[in-house]
Amino acid sequence: MGTPDPSGMIPTNQPSVQKSDDAAGFYTLGAPIIDETAPTGPINTRWQRRKFENRLVNPANRRKLDVIIVGTGLAGGAAAATLGEAGYNVKSFCYQDSPRRAHSIAAQGGINAAKNYKEDGDSVERLFYDTVKGGDYRSRESNVYRLAEVSTNIIDQCVAQGVPFAREYGGLLDNRSFGGVQVSRTFYARGQTGQQLLIGAYQAMERQVAAGTVTQYTRHEMLEVIIADGRARGIVTRDMVTGAVETHLADVVVLASGGYGNVYFLSTNAMGSNVTAAWRAHRKGAYMANPCYTQIHPTCIPVTGDHQSKLTLMSESLRNDGRIWVPKRAEDCGKPANEIAEEDRDYYLERIYPSFGNLVPRDIASRQAKNMCDEGRGVGPQVKEVQPDGTEVLMRRGVYLDFADAIARMGRDAVETKYGNLFDMYARITGEDPYETPMRIYPAVHYVMGGLWVDYHLQTNITGLFCSGEANFSDHGANRLGASALMQGLADGYFVLPNTIREYLADGPFEKIDESHPAVVEAKAEVEERIAKFLSIQGERSADSFHKQLGQIMWEYCGMERTEEGLTKAIGLIRDLKAEFWTNLKVLGTADSLNQSLEKAGRTIDFIELGELMCIDALNRRESCGGHFRGESQTEDGEALRHDDEFAYVAAWEFGGENANPVLHKEDLIYTAIEMKQRSYK
Amino acid sequence: MATPTLVSGSKSTRSTIALKMLMAVSGLIFIGFLLAHMYGNLKVFAGHEAFNTYAEHLRTIGEPMLPHAGLLWILRVGLIAALVVHVFSAIALTRRAHKARTVKYVVKKNKGSSLSSRTMRWGGLALFLFLIWHLLNFTIGKVNPTGGATNDPYNLLVDTFSPEAWYVSVVYFLALIALGFHLHHGVWSACQTLGFTNAASSRNRAKDAGLVVAIVIAGGFALIPLSVLTGIVTK
Amino acid sequence: MNLTLNIWRQANANAKGAMHRYSLEGVSEDMSFLEMLDVLNEQLNAKGEEPVAFDSDCREGICGMCGLMINGQAHGPEVTTTCQLHMRSFKDGDEITVEPWRADPFPVVKDLVVDRSAFDRMIQNGGFISANTGSAPDAHAAPVEKKLADLAFDVATCIGCGACVAACPNGSASLFLGAKITHLGSLPQGQPERDTRVVSMVGQHDAEGFGGCTNIGECASACPKEIPLDVISRLNKDLRTAMAQGY
Ligand SMILES: Cc1cc2nc3c(=O)[nH]c(=O)nc-3n(C[C@H](O)[C@H](O)[C@H](O)COP(=O)(O)OP(=O)(O)OC[C@H]3O[C@@H](n4cnc5c(N)ncnc54)[C@H](O)[C@@H]3O)c2cc1C
Ligand code: HEM
Ligand code: HEM
Ligand code: SF4
Ligand code: F3S
Ligand code: FES
Repeated sequence: MGTPDPSGMIPTNQPSVQKSDDAAGFYTLGAPIIDETAPTGPINTRWQRRKFENRLVNPANRRKLDVIIVGTGLAGGAAAATLGEAGYNVKSFCYQDSPRRAHSIAAQGGINAAKNYKEDGDSVERLFYDTVKGGDYRSRESNVYRLAEVSTNIIDQCVAQGVPFAREYGGLLDNRSFGGVQVSRTFYARGQTGQQLLIGAYQAMERQVAAGTVTQYTRHEMLEVIIADGRARGIVTRDMVTGAVETHLADVVVLASGGYGNVYFLSTNAMGSNVTAAWRAHRKGAYMANPCYTQIHPTCIPVTGDHQSKLTLMSESLRNDGRIWVPKRAEDCGKPANEIAEEDRDYYLERIYPSFGNLVPRDIASRQAKNMCDEGRGVGPQVKEVQPDGTEVLMRRGVYLDFADAIARMGRDAVETKYGNLFDMYARITGEDPYETPMRIYPAVHYVMGGLWVDYHLQTNITGLFCSGEANFSDHGANRLGASALMQGLADGYFVLPNTIREYLADGPFEKIDESHPAVVEAKAEVEERIAKFLSIQGERSADSFHKQLGQIMWEYCGMERTEEGLTKAIGLIRDLKAEFWTNLKVLGTADSLNQSLEKAGRTIDFIELGELMCIDALNRRESCGGHFRGESQTEDGEALRHDDEFAYVAAWEFGGENANPVLHKEDLIYTAIEMKQRSYK
Repeated sequence: MATPTLVSGSKSTRSTIALKMLMAVSGLIFIGFLLAHMYGNLKVFAGHEAFNTYAEHLRTIGEPMLPHAGLLWILRVGLIAALVVHVFSAIALTRRAHKARTVKYVVKKNKGSSLSSRTMRWGGLALFLFLIWHLLNFTIGKVNPTGGATNDPYNLLVDTFSPEAWYVSVVYFLALIALGFHLHHGVWSACQTLGFTNAASSRNRAKDAGLVVAIVIAGGFALIPLSVLTGIVTK
Repeated sequence: MNLTLNIWRQANANAKGAMHRYSLEGVSEDMSFLEMLDVLNEQLNAKGEEPVAFDSDCREGICGMCGLMINGQAHGPEVTTTCQLHMRSFKDGDEITVEPWRADPFPVVKDLVVDRSAFDRMIQNGGFISANTGSAPDAHAAPVEKKLADLAFDVATCIGCGACVAACPNGSASLFLGAKITHLGSLPQGQPERDTRVVSMVGQHDAEGFGGCTNIGECASACPKEIPLDVISRLNKDLRTAMAQGY
């Protein structure tokens, strides 16, 4: 594995020295870690060489190797299909009633690939460079390079499966440019790219179900991992229909369980998106990396009231043709948009960032929208807000996304062909016609860059436990560029995991364990006890109400802008909430039937615990980078200010025990192919 | 590589779609027959002579190659076969549909379908009952509701629809309404079943054709009892 | 606004269900239909009555998880998914009847939740293009006429919600099936398996116990993705072609 190559660049390790320690008292400092599987040598040969070095598994042996994959999104579904095709014995789990419903389905905008079909100067190197820069230099070079490298294969694979990407009249694939980059490399299927990619992966996986290599378990929620003799050997699930607590054993376990943005209650994630799979692994020893890195997406439909259950994203592709503005004067904010004269409008992104304009990366677009509204120049209905000091104010939380110019330039029909379904969705939700009045948008939690720590092979620090897709922390650093999560999910699922997992499985099959193994018995008992506990509290509040309250705390103090004071306060509030949860929860119904309140209770408590860790992580990182903006660390004109001298590391958190401080392990980020720069989109 | 083989014991000919195709084809045979039948019946307007000659001619075509009424019997056998197939498929599809939803909705609205499409089974049943009566009336039984002679086809027809036996005409009108409905949906449905309506334009054309065929056939037949009732056609 | 709700409650697949009446006050017209049910559930929970079980996940009209029969219409009175139906489509004082999808191949799991795994099994029986990972040629190797690519996309937007089955008087899944046949059958990549695909998918459709289609058209008018009836014609045509090929 990864023998250093003398011809390549050998990283010089410059351990970071952390001068500030805001989170003192909330954590324990552990030993630094390194990724032992990290490849060396020239960056453009690393993955090729690693694929060659990784051992093979004899086809006859594959049948005897059991692989558990939790999650059927792009990351999990693609892996299940590919490992099934290879002949492994795969068990696939999801909490929905069909694998086809994993939340990858909701991705709208597109998927990046360095195909350079437009001959506009794109290349693997440029995609690599853009992604590292977009991530604000907080990701690993080797991982990102690999991602850019396999991106082209993804498009080929999907087209072969029949994914109906948008095409030009000549019959070739069309693509567009997406937030934060200046080349056209985003492949799309109208505003439903995620759906089409997922259906492709799903169909490939169903084909393997028919072939008998993949067994699918739907409406099964993973509630615990089983670690026996130092290896992940299985999971405990609850059959959400019968309530049966089951154990499933295997030679290797993959978590592809998606992101945890729902810790904010309101997010663009699906109602069922959860952190449970990852969090249970974390509690069993897996490190959680950079949990505070959250992406807040600039173009979402604003909140309408406290009944709101989720937020809806409007594809960022809208920023290609729509122009974002707010009134110059606060007095104008109550007026209808068409009564505000052109000269009284502030196209603030175009003003502040002349070269990128409306196409600045998400973190920047989001924060500026917040700034405009904080200045009192937001638009839309006034909604009640509680200030940190407890006073209530009326604020307008929205900015205009205006297509009037685009309609004048391209014609209504062209706009309709390109964005029709998004416009319809907006009209449906708000009851307003976006062809007539500009849309109102506001940022919302959308994606998490943080996740389980994994090495170059996507293996967590628990042997035999792999993690892919949004659930891991790996490729996007502190901010993810548009259209690159789909790329990562499919890269992990189709191309990376199948090539790295074989290195691990080459040592298998591992000694069989059965239901009576103490680790299995214990994990199952833990799950059963927790379920019994939820049902026995019989307090007054629903799980949802706790979740909502957690969300408010997180959004207020660990949202778009984070400060030492706010985060410290949030940690206290979350701890109180946790205590109340265990004494005042009310779950009706029984454990042995479909019980959605029970499901929510389990997810909510995991979110509460995660929320606390996120705040500690955010408190520790006294720098602004990507989606993490610390009020204390900004340039004179309010831009994010990184502190590479102190924080060029991955924060990998180890579970410290119930009500004990988490342990921080730092993995230094070393850049050899790219020079770290302060990001500028001006 | 683990790749499944596709066909899991399925056979195209044993599918619901195959049943539908049988219905469509037999239905189209009926339509063909009805057009010819209508053409023949409209000869009443050409008078006693023409009509009876036509009826007789039907029985003599092909002679001496074929025995008397030979072609007619070939047609009849074809029609009976089509009827058996049509009714058999209708029953099979109806039973499947009932089994596919054994618990009914408390409230169910239909927004996207025509009344004719939802009454195919009742319409078919009504047509079937009508056929029995009709054959008794004109072919097998030769029943003359006025009690008159039955050996002259033209006169039998005029007696059947005479105002004194008005209720017989009512039965015919009801049957023709049922037929009109059945054809309104049936024509387009058959086009769809046979895979000819792959776009909105062809679908609309097929639907228009259904309306036209329904009006022409039901209307054409209706002219006969109407004309007798109103005295335009007399013995 | 204030509403009266008639909701189907059924403890589990084997229990006998019945309609229950609830009244709900202070519903805002900005709420989605499911948010309205969330509010009801919060109240039921507080009163000590078990909340109504219903499926939903993305709540943005794309995953296909939600789906209720609302006043006799699949996904309610608008052409959209249940999660995207908003209360502004109703008025104060309305009485709303909410039932699960009714079709024997979609057995009720609990209350308003049904089991749609029959759809997965239909996809397993040929609803794919066999392209093993890594075996793909360059994406530009086979250009696809834009018209066909657009057609394939339009019908590939099916979200597998099952509203077509719920709305069809025959309990047929022909629209869902036709959408997949049309999606894969209109692309060059889908040609090699075209005949076998249609035969096995139709076979599975029938084996699941869905009714046969008699071209009634309720399905297409209930489909939130506006999949047109053309796809059923194409399905029939493909089956006819396969029949001629002897499959
Ligand atoms: C609205 C929206 C739009 C987006 N648009 C884009 C875009 O245009 N381009 C882009 O690149 N990215 C986009 N993203 C991000 C991208 O879609 C996701 O990051 C990515 O799809 C995640 O894929 P995944 O496979 O990791 O997880 P998911 O697709 O979320 O799948 C998670 C799977 O895990 C299962 N699961 C979770 N927990 C459990 C459990 N405890 N037990 C059992 N199963 C479990 C679920 O059932 C599901 O199958 C968007 C995201 C959202 C929310
Ligand atoms: C005698 C004159 C009849 C004609 C001209 C006729 C014609 C048709 C046609 C063209 C169809 C459409 C087939 C399709 O959808 O593919 C049809 C359907 C149907 N017919 Fe008839 N039919 C006749 C008699 C009957 C009778 C006697 C029955 C009763 C048993 C019947 C029952 C049905 C039913 C239930 C359908 C619906 C199935 C469907 O729409 O596919 N029909 N008929
Ligand atoms: C006003 C309307 C109609 C009139 C006046 C009419 C008249 C007749 C007559 C006179 C015959 C006997 C022909 C003969 O034996 O030479 C006959 C036969 C028949 N009619 Fe009609 N008919 C009418 C409508 C219909 C309709 C609506 C149907 C079908 C749905 C139908 C189906 C038949 C059939 C099947 C026969 C038997 C043909 C045979 O003997 O081979 N008729 N009809
Ligand atoms: S065809 Fe339409 S109604 Fe049927 S499952 Fe697909 S999206 Fe739902
Ligand atoms: S409603 Fe049913 S009958 Fe056919 S056209 Fe649609 S499946
Ligand atoms: S909840 Fe996903 S479509 Fe309605």
